[in-house]
Amino acid sequence: MLGLINRSFQFFLRDTYGASLWDAVARQAGVTPAGFESMLTYDDAVIDRVIDAAASLLRRPRESLMEDMGTYLVSHEPLGTVRRLLRFSGGNFPEFLNSIEELPERGRLVLPDLDLPYLDLSDLGGGHFRLRSVSRLAGAAHVVMGVLRAMADDYGALVLLEYHGVEAGTEVISIQIADQSLYDARPFSLGMVG
Amino acid sequence: MEVQQAGQVLSVPREAFDRLMPLHVLLDARGRIAGYGATFAKLVPEGLIGTPMFEAFEVRRPSGLCSTADLAARAGERLRLVLKRGDRPVSFRGIVMPLASGAGQGMILNLSFGIGVVDAVRSYALTDGDFAATDLAVEMMYLVEAKTTAMETLKGFALRLQGDKQTAETQAMTDTLTGLSNRRALAQALERMTRSGQAFGLMHIDLDYFKAVNDTFGHAAGDHVLRRVADVLHLETRAEDVVARVGGDEFVAVFPDRTEVAHLEVIARRMIDSMSLPIEFDGKICRVSASIGITTSDSYPEPEIGRMQHDADAALYASKRAGRGQARVHQDAKPAPSYPSQTDRRRA
Repeated sequence: MLGLINRSFQFFLRDTYGASLWDAVARQAGVTPAGFESMLTYDDAVIDRVIDAAASLLRRPRESLMEDMGTYLVSHEPLGTVRRLLRFSGGNFPEFLNSIEELPERGRLVLPDLDLPYLDLSDLGGGHFRLRSVSRLAGAAHVVMGVLRAMADDYGALVLLEYHGVEAGTEVISIQIADQSLYDARPFSLGMVG
Repeated sequence: MEVQQAGQVLSVPREAFDRLMPLHVLLDARGRIAGYGATFAKLVPEGLIGTPMFEAFEVRRPSGLCSTADLAARAGERLRLVLKRGDRPVSFRGIVMPLASGAGQGMILNLSFGIGVVDAVRSYALTDGDFAATDLAVEMMYLVEAKTTAMETLKGFALRLQGDKQTAETQAMTDTLTGLSNRRALAQALERMTRSGQAFGLMHIDLDYFKAVNDTFGHAAGDHVLRRVADVLHLETRAEDVVARVGGDEFVAVFPDRTEVAHLEVIARRMIDSMSLPIEFDGKICRVSASIGITTSDSYPEPEIGRMQHDADAALYASKRAGRGQARVHQDAKPAPSYPSQTDRRRA
């Protein structure tokens, strides 16, 4: 697993719950307190140990912690990089959703080692979609759900998300776009600020 | 199955044309600008309708194009053009094609920002709606931004690595108790100076009565005394001098370009005087002193580290034997001829 993903979890835990919680997680997971380097590759088991340690220390289900992590990536990550890069995928939420299958490829364009979940979208009509996710990280679809929720918020769309469990290694999410034009989208310009 | 025919003329509504090519420019039969797409319009808010094409644009490649006829002759080739805009010209890639069977019906010039798309998006606040749906401009913007982020991440990584490396190097060269250099740092400094032929003074310093402090007051008191001694050595040397702790209570000081024996003796005397002051620790008074042996590189035809260290040690033990708390210069370390009085003093 590319360290970028591990480091995102590290920063999520540190920014959300404080440095001392991260230190405790690191200790329990057998990771140095300095944590992960984005561009190095780590054994897949390490990230699992980190998530399990955080879930047990915070007494929270692993799934909801992962969803919060997805939301954090888009909404709270201090530099707003993920949000900006995701906004390049479409001018509104339906466009964004319809190009979500490109996500792993977009990631690999920049970081060839980046292993984002393989995503498969079916349009069931009436604003109803089904998204299948396959990843080496168990429960990755919960992170995807957090990302989708935050991106819908960013585009000003109202969506209902539901996790349908895992079947033969494939996680399934259902997405209902309730109202696209309920709120104003947060501003986004193609050109970088500054 | 339909067969496409060469020379077939398609009729495309203006709006469709605009959606397909928002950066196109229409030229009339005389080479004047007759219309353009919505995105091109954003670049020329003052309007360019009726302006001769070669007045608005300069064709850079192929070179030598300066008339409508020249342009028509290059139909279908890749062009590099610049929209003349005072101090902010805009570069384009372009292609020109006749509208009907010949240039007599006018031409269409389709443009793309090419590699300059990043600047153009910023300068004219373009959005994804300003580009044709097939245009990779947005992907280009995405890549540039993602690449910048990745580079910054890598740079951060490199900086952290460099910081860690420097810390590790400093730690590998430092005596942890006193913060002075260690044996390794000393060896490197001596090696550097002898190899480059730089002259230097060498001082071996050994504490007197240190074992008594350790035995009487314990190691904590001993450590405190060693730190205090290190402070003195710091104070009495320059930044470019190398001061190392090489044993329990043994120190070595190297003074680049300082070979006047008289001067080194004065420094040694000051060190001994400061170290001989009572040192308080935990309400107890510790007393040590120091014996010093000195030699200088210019007293040897070919300075050799082992020999110099041996001689500095010999001078140090001469100081010890003579009653401690004093400095001696090795007998071969001859003073410069202009200081004959020093010879007398050393022989005394």
